[in-house]
Amino acid sequence: MSALAQQLPAGVEIPEIPWAAISPELTLFGAGILVLLLDTAGERRRSASAIALVALLGIAALAAIPGEAAPVVVALLIGAGVVQLALTLWLHTRPRLLGAVLTVLAFAATIGIAAWQYQAAANGGPVATESLLADMVAVDGVALFTRFVVAGAGIITVLLGFAYLQDRRIHRGEYYPLLLLTATGMTLLASAADLLMVFLGIEILSLALYVMSGIARRDMASQESAFKYLLLGAFSSAFLLYGIALVYGATGTTHIATAGAELADPATPAGLVFAGIALMLVGFAFKVALVPFHMWTPDVYQGAPTPVTAFMAAATKVAAFAAFLRVFTGGMEQLAWIWVPAVSVLAAVTMIVGAVLAVVQDDLKRMLGYSAVAHAGYAAIGLVAVSDIGTGATLFYLLAYAVMSLGSFGILTILERRQRKAIAIADLRGLGQRAPALAAMFALFLLSLAGIPGTVGFIAKFGIVRAAVDAGLVWLAVVLVVSSVIAAYFYIRVIVAMFMDEEPAHLADLPVPPASAASTGVSVAAVAVIALGVLPPAVIDLAERAATFAG
Amino acid sequence: MSVPAGYYLILAAALFSIGAVGVLIRRSVIVMFMCVELMLNSVNLTLVTFARINASLDGQVLAFFVIVVAAAEVTVGLALIVNLFRLRASTDADQVGALRA
Amino acid sequence: MTPVLAQATEGGAAELWTFIIVGAVALGSAFGLILMRNAVHAALMLVLNFLAIAVLYAVLQAQFLAVIQLIVYAGAIVVLFLFVLMLLGVSREDSLTARVPGQKTMASVLGVLLFVSLAAATAGPFLGDASVCGSEEALTGTGDGVPCLGLAAVNAAEGNLRGLGFLLFTDYVWAFEVTAVLLVIAAIGAIVLGRRQEDPSELVEPGSTVLPARRGSGSAATEPGAGPTDADEGAATETSEATPSEGEERT
Repeated sequence: MSALAQQLPAGVEIPEIPWAAISPELTLFGAGILVLLLDTAGERRRSASAIALVALLGIAALAAIPGEAAPVVVALLIGAGVVQLALTLWLHTRPRLLGAVLTVLAFAATIGIAAWQYQAAANGGPVATESLLADMVAVDGVALFTRFVVAGAGIITVLLGFAYLQDRRIHRGEYYPLLLLTATGMTLLASAADLLMVFLGIEILSLALYVMSGIARRDMASQESAFKYLLLGAFSSAFLLYGIALVYGATGTTHIATAGAELADPATPAGLVFAGIALMLVGFAFKVALVPFHMWTPDVYQGAPTPVTAFMAAATKVAAFAAFLRVFTGGMEQLAWIWVPAVSVLAAVTMIVGAVLAVVQDDLKRMLGYSAVAHAGYAAIGLVAVSDIGTGATLFYLLAYAVMSLGSFGILTILERRQRKAIAIADLRGLGQRAPALAAMFALFLLSLAGIPGTVGFIAKFGIVRAAVDAGLVWLAVVLVVSSVIAAYFYIRVIVAMFMDEEPAHLADLPVPPASAASTGVSVAAVAVIALGVLPPAVIDLAERAATFAG
Repeated sequence: MSVPAGYYLILAAALFSIGAVGVLIRRSVIVMFMCVELMLNSVNLTLVTFARINASLDGQVLAFFVIVVAAAEVTVGLALIVNLFRLRASTDADQVGALRA
Repeated sequence: MTPVLAQATEGGAAELWTFIIVGAVALGSAFGLILMRNAVHAALMLVLNFLAIAVLYAVLQAQFLAVIQLIVYAGAIVVLFLFVLMLLGVSREDSLTARVPGQKTMASVLGVLLFVSLAAATAGPFLGDASVCGSEEALTGTGDGVPCLGLAAVNAAEGNLRGLGFLLFTDYVWAFEVTAVLLVIAAIGAIVLGRRQEDPSELVEPGSTVLPARRGSGSAATEPGAGPTDADEGAATETSEATPSEGEERT
């Protein structure tokens, strides 16, 4: 290392690697590679696992010898190696279950690390609030919050998917590595302090999602939606990238905070500033699905396998909004007069169009897709408030939406297993009598999506309204209420079908699926909807304290 | 008799717009995908021009990453296209003849 | 690099003529790409466009990128496109019919608007004397327009390639490492989507309860309960070992 440093010309410095800050990404990526390795090793799975143990021991030794790493880190690395070996020995004949268990463990570890980082940051510990690793990584409140939500969504997605993927014969071994790698991309995106990292994070998470949406290889709808997603995703990435290029041209840097300050300088050519912001806005609007850049959402949500849709709705939205928040609210606060009017109009149109189009849908997945569009509009209000309250409200809204969407798409996975087809509203008739618990939970999620008091949806919407009024955007709050009233119609329509209508004969013969991992996942989401709806202050406080951007 | 940097930016803007129009008007999925590649290339041209204007190599490094991303995207995109056509060929008998050509 | 390009990077008449000729080729091939009916011709136009842009990179003092552009874009990506076109035989597709009436006009109008606004916004400040890269006006700060400093000094200090290398492994080391994730995903994706033969029994976990496969899904032929035999597992290992090259080949 030192010999190398001597050869470097003046002014070139090797950056210090903040291992602690990037450990969640390393954990997720490492777990992804491990699961992939164990899947492809076939009969030699146990040997592969032993090799992985040796590799982890080697890393632990490398970390321990210079005496820099804390003993707990070394212990954790050794522990991870031993645990994966033990699991492989136990489950070596059931590769998918092994993959699922390891994936859940990796997500749980990520939550653990994020909790430790949050604790450390709160105590002024090793996790700094400024960008690290040559100004590429920001481990700030927004990043930590996103890590929690993404990893939690990942665990529930694994639970939802297992039986569903088996039934559809699409339980490929690559599914779990892809899930972990998408999550890697999301955490990278959420902790990007540089526009280049924003671009790479978006590409990583999108690329893995394209493959996951197309994992049902024999299903034409899945393939077409995956390709549509890829084409429009690449198209929007080009716009985002053009915007980044113009920001680089105007400021000479891609570091978000520095570039934001430079852009606000009156000496910067105004044309570059406007065009750069507009193009980046188009790119982000595509990614978070604001009208008129939403047309991929319903198709992709409908075509992708339902557990993948659940993960897309819950986690992608959080990660994309985290980057949106960091670049716009965090980086370009002084330029708010340029982009706030544009985003406000987009948000208002999105709320109305999303809700109206959802009303006319019959397929439930498609309906929830349009409802996701409307919810993106609600979350965007917190963005245009350009305040800590607004950022906190958006973050809390995204957490709430993640829980609600995981729950409702989870119910759909269970019902699709039962009826072996896509679910329309007519297929739900009489579910209240046949499977009261399932129907009650679905009703709970729908009521929460509609924003009925007592659920997390209400608290989240209330927070958004408060942020909007606080920022003087009363008209947006009014639009939100109007949109919610329209949206309530179709949520109620589903509930009426479940509880008021008679069950048709062809449905009565179908067995109600037994309790499974998916129902556990859905139940967890249901508990979260009520718990966050009843005792929210602590979490809202957490979300508001998470509204920090690293410089 | 010399070239201001703006000319390169105009050329890049033209290529970007042509690519965007191509995505909107073409029906062949492969050609649409090629048009997206053209757009990414024009962004690279912009980045390289700005690197020269700003006298820093960062723009060239960014362009380098864009090339990596484009290559990865093409791999997945073409895999999807091949699968899509294969599926269509096996489900739609009318198309099989056309595909065999 | 040819002497002409060497002259071109130093500005002056050589750069102007290079720009005019190569720029015309780039524009013409871009129009060709979107107007050619035959997809293979469109792909050839794309190669031509990438070659033209590679020349412009060389003129713009990005020698390394010029080479990468040739190898990766013209050499690999477009060849991949052509390979898929040949494989699928879709070249005769008449692909210029509009999906919606009036769509072409609408798209063209939008495109012109996009071009005018982008060109005005980006190029506007860079058209004056000082924007001629590395010219006396640019270096001394006299003359109108935002000065273009030029990379001559930067490239002279370390060389283009060494300079890029230092940047990649210092300031951009995290981004560089992160592209590993991207490439792994691309390889997995190509394998998942491109694998031709697949044993349906591998898609079902041995020992777990599964509903029978849907009729007509093509996978009902095998019994899920049989469990993986040695042959199955052997086949799985084989595909996995040939991972990167096979994935690439099949795209």
